[in-house]
Amino acid sequence: MPDSASEPYDLAVIGAGCAGLAGAVTASELGLRVCLLDGSGQVGGQFFRHPAPALGALRPQALHHDWPAFAALRQRLEASDTRRLLGHQVWTVTRGSGELWTVHALSGVDGGAERPVRVHARAVLLATGAYERQLPFPGWTLPGVVAAGGAQAMLKSGLALPGKRIVVAGSGPLLLAVASSLAAAGAQVPAIVEASGYLRYVTHARALVANPRKVLQGAVHGASLLRHRVRPHSRSAVTAAHGTDRVEAVTVSRLDQDWRPVPGTGRRISCDALAVGHGLVPQIELATGLGCATRRTPDGTHALVLDGRQETSVPGVWAAGETGGVGGWELARVEGELAGRAVAFRLRGVLVDPARVRELRRRRDRMRAFADAMAVAHAPRPGWTHWLDDDTDVCRCEEVTARRVREAAAELGARDARTVKLLTRAGMGWCQGRMCAAAVACLAAGGGDEGVPPSPERRPLAVPVPLGLLGSPAGADEAGADEAGINEAGADE
Amino acid sequence: MGDSSDVIVVGAGVVGAACAYYATRSGLSVTVIDRGPVAGGTTGAGEGNLLVSDKEPGPELELALLSTRLWRELAEPLPLQIEYEAKGGLVVASDPAGMDTLRELARGQEKAGVLAEEIPADRLAELEPHLAPDLAGGFHYPQDAQVQPALAAAHLLRASDARIRLGEEVTGILTATTGEVTGVRTATGTVHAPHVVNATGTWGGELAQRAGTELPVLPRRGFVLVTEPLPRVVRHKVYAADYVRDVASDSAALQTSPVVEGTPAGPVLIGASRERVGFDRTLSVEALRRLAAQATALFPVLAGVRAVRAYAGFRPYLPDHLPAIGRDPRVPGLLHACGHEGAGIGLAPATGALIAGMLSGGPLPLDPAPFSPARFVGGAAP
Repeated sequence: MPDSASEPYDLAVIGAGCAGLAGAVTASELGLRVCLLDGSGQVGGQFFRHPAPALGALRPQALHHDWPAFAALRQRLEASDTRRLLGHQVWTVTRGSGELWTVHALSGVDGGAERPVRVHARAVLLATGAYERQLPFPGWTLPGVVAAGGAQAMLKSGLALPGKRIVVAGSGPLLLAVASSLAAAGAQVPAIVEASGYLRYVTHARALVANPRKVLQGAVHGASLLRHRVRPHSRSAVTAAHGTDRVEAVTVSRLDQDWRPVPGTGRRISCDALAVGHGLVPQIELATGLGCATRRTPDGTHALVLDGRQETSVPGVWAAGETGGVGGWELARVEGELAGRAVAFRLRGVLVDPARVRELRRRRDRMRAFADAMAVAHAPRPGWTHWLDDDTDVCRCEEVTARRVREAAAELGARDARTVKLLTRAGMGWCQGRMCAAAVACLAAGGGDEGVPPSPERRPLAVPVPLGLLGSPAGADEAGADEAGINEAGADE
Repeated sequence: MGDSSDVIVVGAGVVGAACAYYATRSGLSVTVIDRGPVAGGTTGAGEGNLLVSDKEPGPELELALLSTRLWRELAEPLPLQIEYEAKGGLVVASDPAGMDTLRELARGQEKAGVLAEEIPADRLAELEPHLAPDLAGGFHYPQDAQVQPALAAAHLLRASDARIRLGEEVTGILTATTGEVTGVRTATGTVHAPHVVNATGTWGGELAQRAGTELPVLPRRGFVLVTEPLPRVVRHKVYAADYVRDVASDSAALQTSPVVEGTPAGPVLIGASRERVGFDRTLSVEALRRLAAQATALFPVLAGVRAVRAYAGFRPYLPDHLPAIGRDPRVPGLLHACGHEGAGIGLAPATGALIAGMLSGGPLPLDPAPFSPARFVGGAAP
């Protein structure tokens, strides 16, 4: 490498969830020098989130049916010489001189002693997962209203339940898992409220039949919910949360085909917490910053376009897991391994095991078909905007109401989320629109599917960066492969 | 799908909005067409500076002084939401030589009607308490102001009462057999008018080509860094003396000079980088690094503040750094109002007033000759 004494890595893997772990250990076992980065202090990602060692949890696997699969990946990681940079938040990836990529990260974000770290690599695997989609409704900013996935993550981290009596609402397969974990952890779950009709899976029955394991998982959650007397409401939504200092009750309304509330069907259910979410959105800003092509998924999000080998439209940049479309941890693991093998073949000519690759691809295609069927079934319908009253905050960071977003679209000539943002500041706050972009895009399009399709968000800074670090001179912060074995932020147990 | 008016303005950025506003006020009927939303191009990527301080004496400064007056008038009827702020500019120098350069510039500007007050080093803190302590001094320009550019364009457009067709791309210019403009063809139909104003900013060359003529507009990329919201730590628009030099330069290579300002909404905006790299939006870490380093050198307190966003914009650059305002020499009925480089927000009202005067045959507020698009014809361009 011309500007540093340190050797570049073969592969930088961003994200240490299932996809990233599988990619890193596969590539490492095939002889590549690999650096694995993650913003968290532990590997496992969102799905295999577990208590920090300091909490002294005896059985972190208690909330995980599939713990052995994760334990196996972690063991392989520990046996490999993969450099682990945990507690490292990646803020951008750039193409450097020659065939090298530079991963720009911040370390020590939570500990106070922040410093910039740059990693050079010949290939990049993006395994950055997904974040939760929220659709606002009156009262959604009350304390006690939490993200469904967030509530589960808190449980898995060994932290508290968000309440004692928790309504679970939104749409998507995650809700069943969340309700079942909350109930298992001792919470009362008076209702699980799903906006779609579960029956819509039937139209994609072939994908379901091909995934007996998924059906089984659903049955396991279903049985657990029955045991805990959780009442399911399908084709329904929480259309308001009530309370003064904290949520005290929610209104659950029936929805029509387009998710418009059916008048007169509202029922009040008392609760002290609401866990709500409408599926997951692929986290792809590092990729879009590099110019990787995206596609619209059946549920209206944007995912990366990938070829059969998991490579993006930008040669040298691979992706696995939710970045290519939300599909769950097993798909992520398969795609991570496929990507690791493909990178090893590209960089080192390591011959692939054709039978293994065929098998992985078969499993991937089957699980992708299933994920697409789920996405079709749970795609938000345009009538959801009827939940909002004019004074509902759509962007909670900047306190922008639905009225102002609608005015910007109807009277000031905004036709897309970006222009609404310019005219109202919706999406300009701390979360940079991760919370409200989906809702703003729908409102900008007038609530219908017509209008300009929302483009994938451009967030050149994937995480906030202190100016003092951003301005520090280049070259002082290289993390090279010659230091392999020294694992930063050794919080990983 | 037929539709007709006296004037078609192509482009719903701030310059197009100002052209529409002043044209309708002179009694003309106007249709504004844009392939995207309002403020979808360079307007939406700007900081909203209305500056006289960064301009050397000459025709652009005349245009800026007129615009400064017009923006003040516009801020009255237009709603407060355009965030007009007569905040003033502060240009600082790091050493005595830089101070001499500023003095010389200010002397020339004052003759043209600019207000400029020399601020000795020991008085800088009165204007900007968080400035670095070791500066040599500066100049205060009370006429410098700021608007939120997307809001300014949107409200100006709404106040114009023009017909507005957004999301509709102009694919061709219609002409009579004698060569005069008769309207435009769009993706969904035709609109008729004897005059077409090219207010497409950085894409002005493209539209000129569709009309069968030429205008050498090129993109000059700039990045802006946006911080987390802060209480007011920066009161004026503050920039270093180097900025004036960079604005006037012809270099294609990356240049940066610190321009730092607070906004009513809280975030501090940090510019300004300039490079000629086409329409490439790829993040330049080097540009951001320099912007951050220079901004924290001016305001050390910013070192611990986080940048939450960065974005690129493409300034419409003409080879002699002056906008093209006026009739196209080859296509009768076509007028250009583009190429304002980084000063389009500031220069928009004067541009609109000039275009409206030319269209209605009314008096012109200043001599438009230096901005004539004819200067690029027949190898006359510098």
